Amino acid sequence: MPDTHAVPPTNTADPVLAADDVVKHYGGIAALDGVSLHAAAGECVALVGESGSGKTTLLRCFNRMTEPDAGRVTVEGADAASADAVEMRRRIGYVAQDGGLLPHWTVLRNASLVPWLRGDADAEAKGAAALAWVGMEAAEFGGRWPRELSGGQRQRVAIARALAARPGIVLLDEPFGALDAITRADLQDAFGSLRRGLGITAVLVTHDLHEAALLADRIAVLRRGRIEQVASPETLVRAPATEYVAGLVARSRLGAG
Amino acid sequence: MMRRMMGIAALLVFAFASGPSAEAQAQAQAQAARTTADRPVVIASKPFGESYLLAEMFAQLLEARGIPVDRRMGLGATEIAFGALRTGAIDVYPEYTGTGLIAILGEPPQPDPAAVFGRVSHEFAARWGVRWLPPLGFENTYAIAVRKETAEREGLRTLSDLARASPRLRAGFTPDFIGREDGLPGLQAAYALRPRSVRPLVQAVKYQALAQGSVDVIDGYSTDGLIDRYTLVVLEDDRGFFPPYEAAALVSARLQRDRPDAVAELTRLSGRLDVAAMRALNRRLEVDGEPVARVAADALRTLGLVGAAARADARPAARAQGLGAYLWERRMTLLRLTGRHLLLVAVSLAAAAAVAVPLGVMLGRARAGAAEGTVRAVGVLQTIPGIALLAFMIPLLGIGTAPALVALFLYSLYPIVRNTYTGVRDASPQATEAAQALGMSPGQVLRHVRLPLAAPAIMAGVRTSAVIAVGTATLAAFIGAGGLGDPIVAGLALSDTRMILSGAIPAALLALVVDAVLAMAERRVRPGGV
Repeated sequence: MPDTHAVPPTNTADPVLAADDVVKHYGGIAALDGVSLHAAAGECVALVGESGSGKTTLLRCFNRMTEPDAGRVTVEGADAASADAVEMRRRIGYVAQDGGLLPHWTVLRNASLVPWLRGDADAEAKGAAALAWVGMEAAEFGGRWPRELSGGQRQRVAIARALAARPGIVLLDEPFGALDAITRADLQDAFGSLRRGLGITAVLVTHDLHEAALLADRIAVLRRGRIEQVASPETLVRAPATEYVAGLVARSRLGAG
Repeated sequence: MMRRMMGIAALLVFAFASGPSAEAQAQAQAQAARTTADRPVVIASKPFGESYLLAEMFAQLLEARGIPVDRRMGLGATEIAFGALRTGAIDVYPEYTGTGLIAILGEPPQPDPAAVFGRVSHEFAARWGVRWLPPLGFENTYAIAVRKETAEREGLRTLSDLARASPRLRAGFTPDFIGREDGLPGLQAAYALRPRSVRPLVQAVKYQALAQGSVDVIDGYSTDGLIDRYTLVVLEDDRGFFPPYEAAALVSARLQRDRPDAVAELTRLSGRLDVAAMRALNRRLEVDGEPVARVAADALRTLGLVGAAARADARPAARAQGLGAYLWERRMTLLRLTGRHLLLVAVSLAAAAAVAVPLGVMLGRARAGAAEGTVRAVGVLQTIPGIALLAFMIPLLGIGTAPALVALFLYSLYPIVRNTYTGVRDASPQATEAAQALGMSPGQVLRHVRLPLAAPAIMAGVRTSAVIAVGTATLAAFIGAGGLGDPIVAGLALSDTRMILSGAIPAALLALVVDAVLAMAERRVRPGGV
């Protein structure tokens, strides 16, 4: 059972996203203390942990919203540190917890953002298509302002915006954290099937182990800037590598169902 | 009277004392080379009644001899009027020898008038090429005054008498006088004066407070018209404590060189005005509310210096007229002043926005500490009193429109910089973060996210600056830049409430209109969806 080993992962021979021995300090605190994680093509990896565990910091290293102090990050085989960050980000979708829609842009313009940034002539058509994927038809919602939408609708638009340019990679930072349970379940289903259908490689930050188990192929448990375990949801439940992971699983009652 | 203008003079002495005189003279020479003998003689006054009157007499005297004159009345205070004279922006204004000695030269008081005149004559000529014409013939010094019945009851004739009776008397002195070494502290030392109480009173209410019996003794000015009106007794300075403040015409180096004929004409007033005559003229001006021009013309006629036909004005005393009629009669003038006021505000505000918005944007992207520091530094400008800022401008820009625009520009920076900086910095952190993460360049984030979201805040800053500028621009009158401050300054100098209101009311209305128009603009720049 190689996937129960914490580091390094051994089953990702040709990773789309790779972090190797990444270190990031804020002041004297190590947010990331030598973390390695790979995501294979089409794979969804969830980063799980408490607040301050470093999961969001690790996510942000993949699109260089955070620059590591040490270690190496590669995106599609290329060293992220030497890439043009702006150009690279246009190839990576991103969804934040609050959506981060531009409040002064209409829904359609928000959804068309990345194709527009890439200079696509059919940017609006791509935005409209992405809106259709998430059930927010442009004909009905395209002209609205973000503040005129419900929280769940805003997250749908944020997902459409992240996917509109058909990126191979999407990063999600607690995308469903602020939603009520029913809306969250709807969006999880919608995103999960979209991601699988489009063959997108994803990294998903969440504090909810159930969400991680539902959406991710593998789960990385982070604690104090280090990875405790990277494993499939089943392995995590069956064979937690550390007491911390075992406690986490027990508290989430993940194995009970 | 000149003393009330001297408070800030002490603070600002370095503003001209530090300016190298060689530079000033070179500047004056350069200006002289550009002009012809036909250039009008620029006559100025300081912003109080007696100064207006003397300057108007200078002006009419020259006009009666066919010499063209340009009036720049009510220049801010000693440092502004003298700064303008020294740099050649004006040619002549009435000044007092004691003021020259203490406020301009920064020397200690001396008791002998001839010695003071000799000292200032020598120093002003040597340092700046500026000439004191022989004194006009009266002194305007502190006049410690009591009510007639107090004088009779306590047997008061001199300041020594006052000192003896002072434990029974309540004093009301101007704050300036209370603090000055040649005011109350010196007076206490010289005469052992110990009033039962000392209350600070501003100039405007001093005489009324004394007349109504709220206080028993005040510091007046020896030529005040109000001393006669309230039948007060001025106590004799029997120990010669107060230094002499002889009034005289102060003449620029340029006028001496270009128009010796004008200087000769002005010298004809030397020695012709005594204290009694001056007090009577001031009374017509400040108590009866007669127009300056008429009082000046009458005075010159009485002295036999102009013929009977000069500038007679047959209208009744203007103060009999109601405010509405007064404003209506002056509507064209007020319209012109309002236009000029608006121009000063618009030009300085546009320039301030052109500088402050980019600066605020830059700061929004700088390190927080450095940015806050810069914004605070700009804010310090805001704490400089308007009149002081204008005074600082004189050595650099002379008087008139240019220094007023620069001062208004500096005042307008802070609200715009502050609002732009915070608006850009705080513009929806989630939206800017997501925009960046999805591949907007920093420039695109600024142009497409931060600036549109900050636009209403920026516009609110412009609006704040505009309303402040409309108010501050009234001070521009102190440096001869015109606008609605003109009637305010003149009205304050002449105790003419209606004249003050004829500037203040349009200024207030203008502020309201500017505020409303910019409020509309603020709504228009608010992006949809916000």
